[in-house]
Amino acid sequence: MTLESNVPSGPLAHKWSKYKQEQKLVNPANKRKFEVLIVGSGLAGASAAATLAELGYNVKCFCFQDSPRRAHSIAAQGGINAAKNYRNDGDSIYRLFYDTIKGGDFRAREGNVHRLAEVSVNIIDQCVAQGVPFAREYGGLLDNRSFGGAQVSRTFYARGQTGQQLLLGAYQALSRQIGLGTVKMYPRTEMLDLVLINGEAKGIVVRDLITGAISSHGGDAVVLATGGYGNVFYLSTNAQGCNVTATYRAYKKGAYFANPCYTQIHPTCIPVSGDHQSKLTLMSESLRNDGRVWVPKTAGDTRLPQDIPEGDRDYYLERKYPSYGNLAPRDIASRAAKEACDNGLGVGPGGRGVYLDFSDAIKRLGEDKIRERYGNLFEMYERITGENAYQRPMRIYPAVHYTMGGLWVDYNLMSNIPGLFVLGEANFSDHGANRLGASALMQGLADGYFVLPYTIANHFASTKQHKPSTDAAEFKEAEQEVEARIKKLLSINGKRTVNDFHRELGKLVWDKCGMARNDAGLKEALARIPALREEFWENVNVLGDAEALNPALERAGRVADFMEFAELLCLDALHRKESCGGHFREEYQTEDGEAQRNDEEFSYVAAWGYSGVGNAPVLNKEPLVYEEVHMTQRSYK
Amino acid sequence: MSETTMNLTLRVWRQKNAQSAGTFVEYEAKNISVDMSFLEMLDVVNEELTARGEDPIAFDHDCREGICGMCSLTINGKAHGPLEATTTCQLHMRSFKNGDAITVEPWRAKPFPVIKDLVTDRSAFDRIIQVGGFVSVSTGGAPDGNALPIPKTDADAAMDAAQCIGCGACVAACKNASAMLFVAAKVGHLGLLPQGQTERDRRVLHMVAQMDEEGFGNCTNIGSCSAVCPKEIGQDFISRLNRDFLKASLRAK
Ligand SMILES: Cc1cc2nc3c(=O)[nH]c(=O)nc-3n(C[C@H](O)[C@H](O)[C@H](O)COP(=O)(O)OP(=O)(O)OC[C@H]3O[C@@H](n4cnc5c(N)ncnc54)[C@H](O)[C@@H]3O)c2cc1C
Ligand code: FES
Repeated sequence: MTLESNVPSGPLAHKWSKYKQEQKLVNPANKRKFEVLIVGSGLAGASAAATLAELGYNVKCFCFQDSPRRAHSIAAQGGINAAKNYRNDGDSIYRLFYDTIKGGDFRAREGNVHRLAEVSVNIIDQCVAQGVPFAREYGGLLDNRSFGGAQVSRTFYARGQTGQQLLLGAYQALSRQIGLGTVKMYPRTEMLDLVLINGEAKGIVVRDLITGAISSHGGDAVVLATGGYGNVFYLSTNAQGCNVTATYRAYKKGAYFANPCYTQIHPTCIPVSGDHQSKLTLMSESLRNDGRVWVPKTAGDTRLPQDIPEGDRDYYLERKYPSYGNLAPRDIASRAAKEACDNGLGVGPGGRGVYLDFSDAIKRLGEDKIRERYGNLFEMYERITGENAYQRPMRIYPAVHYTMGGLWVDYNLMSNIPGLFVLGEANFSDHGANRLGASALMQGLADGYFVLPYTIANHFASTKQHKPSTDAAEFKEAEQEVEARIKKLLSINGKRTVNDFHRELGKLVWDKCGMARNDAGLKEALARIPALREEFWENVNVLGDAEALNPALERAGRVADFMEFAELLCLDALHRKESCGGHFREEYQTEDGEAQRNDEEFSYVAAWGYSGVGNAPVLNKEPLVYEEVHMTQRSYK
Repeated sequence: MSETTMNLTLRVWRQKNAQSAGTFVEYEAKNISVDMSFLEMLDVVNEELTARGEDPIAFDHDCREGICGMCSLTINGKAHGPLEATTTCQLHMRSFKNGDAITVEPWRAKPFPVIKDLVTDRSAFDRIIQVGGFVSVSTGGAPDGNALPIPKTDADAAMDAAQCIGCGACVAACKNASAMLFVAAKVGHLGLLPQGQTERDRRVLHMVAQMDEEGFGNCTNIGSCSAVCPKEIGQDFISRLNRDFLKASLRAK
């Protein structure tokens, strides 16, 4: 089946205005009659919930943390892009659009990305009006920094806590609506199933994480803004609770999962220190503005970094990519670090690390300036490693960070299931095969503040609506399934913990479907995952009650979904016989080791349809049509 | 036992649910690496408890990077433990030594009732924000971001306050269970910016009223709150809150 993207016709730059001119509206008095269920309170979910409520819709919003303010968006450090061109350095909407398409290795949908670049400017205005304390210059105007994959300075930031400040802005807007009674918030509530009535998304089944009660909510539309699935790898920079459950259960109900193999490995994270580790910590990409990446030129050089003279160091990013240097895009910088370590040049325990060195910047700007820019990151580094990065270079290594894949959506951000909208990291839409730094925050807020409010109105106004009763058989069935699954998990009483299974799955997926992938490795993973899943369902040990707060049970449900999802991830990676962005297949590389795309055969979105556990999913294709952009071999040299 | 690992004795607060009475239970934590975070050490204990068929210890956590504000343990009587400016999830075991006995409790404050073991209900904080901790601007129609220059010093000071992660350590550390530092941080953040001026009086009056209604105690200027704040939010914001509250109350008369 070929999928319809529903991108409006006409010149690229006019598509979104045209859409807005032609869309159908819902009159203010009628908006009250529509109930929207929003799962997720991160940048995407909170901004959508607040905005839809402001417009007059009835909104219910769900999150699994104890407060919407704790969604994983809070952890974003570096910044948010916008095509403001405040620096007068040649930026424009077109350039942000083009950088994003090129950064995504020509695997994103043109129309969506252009719209993203267009609304980026409104996001900054909105956030400033909310009181987000962005960094400023002495003249009082907004400051910018540079991020990877761009030659202009278009990243807005609030110290090293940009995600926190943007999320608090959205959280405050959401709180205002909760206070006004237009949004009903359900914290510590986990969505465990999507309910379809006559093929349309009309509700969800949730578990109250404190009492364990299972209940249903019906609505006119369901919005998933549940974040990314990076934790399938066990170790990642994501928060502990990040999961695939909401999107995967929607997939099992018929929503297509697009490009799951596009996962992003971030080049600058603190290296793994031991088996005990529960997560990896990102050191923001913004550090590459002032830090220089290098390894010793000869393997086995055991001298302290400060004792290695310039001539014995290889600043490999500057050498290989002179025009972008240390600001090469993430996929490229990560692979280059892996290559250096594979060649035995890595530093630190296990030889899995490279230096990120600030000594030149400190000499040039002084330690105070560096402290002002990145003080909190240096402190975090010291707390975790016990080392002072003002005195010796940081050691960094790539780690799983972001997932470009997600549920398939059309231009309306609606999945193939009518009434199911997907926003933020949970959808697949804007980043192609590789996301540029500072673009996830932009996309989450674009989706929630400026896109969904238009497209959902168009949906409501152009389809006949009926709100279901949660007494309907579809709800009861879904509730029973959810309950049975929980009962099953608690009754196995096996010998291994959930964590133990998760760690094994993660290691397998990281080894075979991580920074570099190949046919044999992927086939091996595909053979081993079903066996591990079988063992999980026979030998996992989950204690405690269903009718109480039970963190182990929550985790078990999420890991059970990862056990199925991992297979889809590897299958997609196996089928895509090309390298693009974060998906690097060793068989497909250029002579100098860069990703070799195959536009003839793979210039499409792979949107997978579910057909039962262990059965091969069905591949649906959305051809990628570039009307304005000319596809080229990506070069950052 | 090498220099890089240690054995510890933990006294952990166990409480089945909000209704039941809690008690301390002792556990041994063996071969704990100095590189582990405090929560990773608890993960190890939980793995062992699970293997023995005992209910693992429930505690709140998510980002494990010191920013979401979800983790919340009182360690040896100190909210977030011995290290200054550090959340529990960022506290590493190298701050302890072999043979240490460590007492682990939930936040102790009436407005934060225990849900289970070390997990408390902090929704009172959300309700305080809901009555006024925002600027009432709806989406769309905002002027250009650079239309209104803001002196860097004001923006920086606002950011100092805005960094609050809403963890509640300030309340847990205060003998009166006062939420003044939390409220002061939001009132300070928005009050220092031009965007926050139109609702300045209303905001402070509403937030303080809600704070009282939730049962948080009075501030007696001891400063335990700032001392444990992982973001080092200072007492000066409380003075600012008091001034704002006084002025707003006078104007409201
Ligand atoms: C350490 C780190 C740093 C980053 N830095 C940057 C940066 O500088 N710039 C940038 O642009 N991007 C950055 N990113 C990426 C960016 O932060 C995320 O992609 C983005 O914030 C995701 O937002 P979201 O709203 O889609 O999802 P999230 O913020 O992850 O929110 C998901 C929400 O869904 C809820 N949820 C999930 N599952 C369920 C369920 N089953 N039931 C109920 N609720 C559920 C959660 O409770 C939460 O409220 C960073 C990411 C990380 C990990
Ligand atoms: S777990 Fe997020 S602050 Fe500690």
